Amino acid sequence: MSISRIAAALAFAATAIAGSSTALAQGDPKVLRIVPHSNLTILDPIWTTAYMSRNHGYMIYDTLFGSDEKNQVKPQMVEEWSASDDKRLWTFKLRKGLEFHDGKPVTGEDVVASLARWGKRDALGVAMFTFVDRMDAPAPDTFRIFLREVCGFVLEALGKPSSNVPFIMPRRIAETDAFKQIEEHIGSGPYIFKRDEFKPGDKVVYVRNPKYVPRKEPPSGSTGGKHVFVERVEWNLALRDAQAQVNALQKGEVDILEQPSFPHIPALKKDPNIVVYTYSPPLQYMARFNHLHKPFDSAKVRQAAMAAFAQEPFLQAQVGVKDLYKTCPSMFTCGTPYASAVGSDIQSKSNMKKAQELLKASGYDGTPVVLMKPTDLTAIDKLPDVAAQLMRQAGFKVDLQAMDWQTLVGRRSKKDAPDKGGWNMFLTAWQGPDIWNPIANAALDTRGEASGWFGWGKDDKIVELRNQFMRETDEAKKKKLAEAIQVRAFEVATHVPLGEFDAPLAARKNVSGLFRQTGNFYWNLKKN
Amino acid sequence: MYAFLARRVLATIPVLAIVAVLVFLMLRLTPGDPAAILAGDAANTEQIARIRTSLGLDQPILVQFGIWIGNILTGDLGESFYYKTKVAALIGQRLEPTLALATLTIVIAVVVSVPLGIIAAWRFGGWFDRALMGFSVLGFSVPVFVLAYILIYIVSLKLGLLPVQGYQRIADGFWPFLRHLILPSVTLSVIYIALIARVTRASMLEALGEDYIRTARAQGMPEVRVLVRHALANAAVPIVTVIGIGVALLIGGVVVTESVYAIPGLGRLTVDAVLARDFPTIQGVILFFSFVYVLVNLLVDMSYVFLDPRIRY
Amino acid sequence: MDAPGLRQYEALSVEAAGVVRQESAWQRVRRNWSVRIGGMVLLVLVLVALAAPWLGTVDPTLFDAGSRDLRPGNAGEITTLDGEVIKHTFWMGSDSLGRDIYSRVIYGTQVSLVVGILCALLALAIGIACGLASGYLRWLDGILMRFMDGLMAIPAILIAIALVAMWRGSLATVVVAIAIPEIPRVTRLVRSLVLTIREEPYVEAAISLGTPTWKILFGHILPNCIAPLVVQGTFICAFSILVEAILSFLGVGLPPDIPTWGNVMAEGRQQFNDYPHNIFFPGVFLAVTVLAVNILGDGLRDTLDPKMAKRV
Repeated sequence: MSISRIAAALAFAATAIAGSSTALAQGDPKVLRIVPHSNLTILDPIWTTAYMSRNHGYMIYDTLFGSDEKNQVKPQMVEEWSASDDKRLWTFKLRKGLEFHDGKPVTGEDVVASLARWGKRDALGVAMFTFVDRMDAPAPDTFRIFLREVCGFVLEALGKPSSNVPFIMPRRIAETDAFKQIEEHIGSGPYIFKRDEFKPGDKVVYVRNPKYVPRKEPPSGSTGGKHVFVERVEWNLALRDAQAQVNALQKGEVDILEQPSFPHIPALKKDPNIVVYTYSPPLQYMARFNHLHKPFDSAKVRQAAMAAFAQEPFLQAQVGVKDLYKTCPSMFTCGTPYASAVGSDIQSKSNMKKAQELLKASGYDGTPVVLMKPTDLTAIDKLPDVAAQLMRQAGFKVDLQAMDWQTLVGRRSKKDAPDKGGWNMFLTAWQGPDIWNPIANAALDTRGEASGWFGWGKDDKIVELRNQFMRETDEAKKKKLAEAIQVRAFEVATHVPLGEFDAPLAARKNVSGLFRQTGNFYWNLKKN
Repeated sequence: MYAFLARRVLATIPVLAIVAVLVFLMLRLTPGDPAAILAGDAANTEQIARIRTSLGLDQPILVQFGIWIGNILTGDLGESFYYKTKVAALIGQRLEPTLALATLTIVIAVVVSVPLGIIAAWRFGGWFDRALMGFSVLGFSVPVFVLAYILIYIVSLKLGLLPVQGYQRIADGFWPFLRHLILPSVTLSVIYIALIARVTRASMLEALGEDYIRTARAQGMPEVRVLVRHALANAAVPIVTVIGIGVALLIGGVVVTESVYAIPGLGRLTVDAVLARDFPTIQGVILFFSFVYVLVNLLVDMSYVFLDPRIRY
Repeated sequence: MDAPGLRQYEALSVEAAGVVRQESAWQRVRRNWSVRIGGMVLLVLVLVALAAPWLGTVDPTLFDAGSRDLRPGNAGEITTLDGEVIKHTFWMGSDSLGRDIYSRVIYGTQVSLVVGILCALLALAIGIACGLASGYLRWLDGILMRFMDGLMAIPAILIAIALVAMWRGSLATVVVAIAIPEIPRVTRLVRSLVLTIREEPYVEAAISLGTPTWKILFGHILPNCIAPLVVQGTFICAFSILVEAILSFLGVGLPPDIPTWGNVMAEGRQQFNDYPHNIFFPGVFLAVTVLAVNILGDGLRDTLDPKMAKRV
């Protein structure tokens, strides 16, 4: 073989390789390829509050009510409902045509069982069920809730958009113990989970549910019609490297990046083939203290840390892109009804000098702060570094320990002393809907060790105010109660709010149909 | 010859047994409760207790080992608490990409390095020889992931020739499958090429120094025939040996390469398992890789019989 | 018409001449180019590591969000722990938190060299002990070598990864985890040397004279092992530096706030397209260091242990 023939053959091969790239890049218009923000390992959205599991839930399950983009509760699976005059009996009627993926119709019994299971795990659910006497399903398409006393948030609870969402499952699955994970994944939602194609750590596959009957209204938040225009959705769990994700999106190897890392957003915005959407509600960062052990068992020490934590350095370091973040002096999501700046002076009007003085005055004895840092979540991995630096400047001793998020999640549930495997502080982010009122906001549950969320703050005043809030139906009074709760929360420093940010989604421009959401919803999408 | 082969196969059993013992001990040498470690950080006391009984962790250590070996021999490598699947199933799912990557890498490495080594030996001391030795030391020194990023930058991003990441099943089309594997294989093969080229060169040098080569040349045999039929054939044994030993390097490289190129293979599984402290999976993967390594070297040993008629065990 | 065979005779005769001239090993070593180049580079790196605080660096853990992602050569600000803000030129750019890459790379030299040397020393120490025991004590030999065979059957990186996963990352655990897979090779080396040397007449004479075992081991056998062990040690050092970088890159090495080359690259991989300096600078340092150690090892092997030179 002469040189020229070899060269010709190689050149041909090279063009063939390169040429096929564009054809393959766009992929099948009926298949939507999404890269979610994390790995999916827990398929039970009641067992955990992890957003990945919630998003999975929204694919295959449906809900009784939902919240639209203005945070109004609207019916989804429910056709009509009514409350008795004394507001202690609620009756609901389900829509026609609701069917589970195994062909069986959705009945009141399924709903009752699903709600009972949800009510054992979810913060809002647990709160609601303290009011509930019993539930029943007098007819296949009807179910009723009997209350011991008036509850001010029944619909808000049932229409809760974020973790844990009261998804409706078949009765036999919903009867699984709430502290064990379910084994089957059958819902009545717009997609069907393809169990045989699920490869943990590799990909999750959903196919369109042909029997799903969407509502007539346009999609908004978690309400409205959940139309599906693609045949198949694939979640790519293997692509975890932030840079590789961006590269893949730019080359058209995937269609949607659920949460591109912040530094890449400007480049993605500039790319003519990609559109960046900010349709999800803002998230709020927070630093959480462990109230059980030194040094944060003292409110004065906590206040000193709070005074040192100006919001701007955290936001700048972690998010960096100016139009994606803003400071928010409230413990509730800014822009929602209960948010205000009351009581937040100790944080917003402080500086490092004040923090140093407060620390000295508190009698801090030099106990090192065990601060947990997650290494694998690009949305929150830099916060602990900033926290450590600020605390050190204020005079704290800090022991920064790095671990992966899963380990952190496990370790934060331990009540042991920090030097025996416990912890003193961690930082995280909550999505707006999860913290916009005092009942849902887990950090404001101050029942001490009995409270559900890690950190176990204790303050009887807040508990009292929360109880009042739960029973209140007048909006104006609720607002006043929320303010009072916030003032007290800042006083005792339950946690430190660290500002708000958007986590945009990036999609190829041939993907249409995205809408304002309260999570990551993948219905209504088309690939042109 | 069959007696030799049978004895050789039997000789691997003690090695595998030691590997099993080592992997078994690894977990129990950690400070802390092995059951809690196996269950993962998110488990509650009830789950930990369940694991303790199912693995017999409250029994004497020899009994535990017996249970564990029994499980392994029946193919039960335990269950991953992170993925909620059986480890054996996980390994089965991830096998194809890694196998494809490894095979293509070995093919590329051998096809490139053996001729290079032959030429270097043939022109011993010349510029080519020195260049090859220099390149091979470089090949050992540049870490795989740095090389990977350089290649991605140049070939995928700047030139746009190949995909940036991912893996396509061979069942979905041969061409896409190959396209996605080229860059990772080339990246991984560099260190292998460095190693094999050196060994080829060295053993060719030794072979070329032998008397029968001088005789063949004196008899006027064409140089190519001298090189291939005589020298290479006699140099084959060390070359094949190093290919076998190099599989260990390959396995290590696979772990990093799959991580950079987002290939859902066993290497990724290992890294994810380690990050998640998923010990059942870590144990299973180590057992599997060690088994493969021992198997490959067994095949290498057995191939000696065909490569070198002088070897009669 | 080439004659490689002739060349080899040349090489052998040069060697023979060396023996005749009774040049000491040390002199041969010093003349060798590989040793010179490799040794020189390493010396520079050691000096850099020792002089780290005075080479225009700042505390490698300090950062300033306003200085993030600066390209190499740009100036910016850093806030010290006392709260004062200093101006600083980022010669190698800054990472996504605003830390100075130059400082992190220079301090990273310390970590890499320490890890490399400690791993080599540890592997050698344990390997020598096992090798001596195995070669000298027949009854121990069988079991120990089977054990070493098993250990060698597990790919080194997997052992290191698994051990660090169990014990959590810290300097001590990383060093031990990387050294352990290297022990079998050292053991085999020492063992084979022991087996050869103990057949020597002078050793037999010593034994028959009733010389205590330890004297034989340390007085006769060990001195003959030094040359190949030094060579082996250098290669272990190179391998350890590389493995530490890989472990850090994968996220299973030293804690992220300790500046190691692997850690810097691990953080930088997220922005490789736009800010390749995060990977480039530590990558170059890593490659150069490992290259230098490998070249040094090659040179040492060529001069100290010609028998090994013929093999690879």
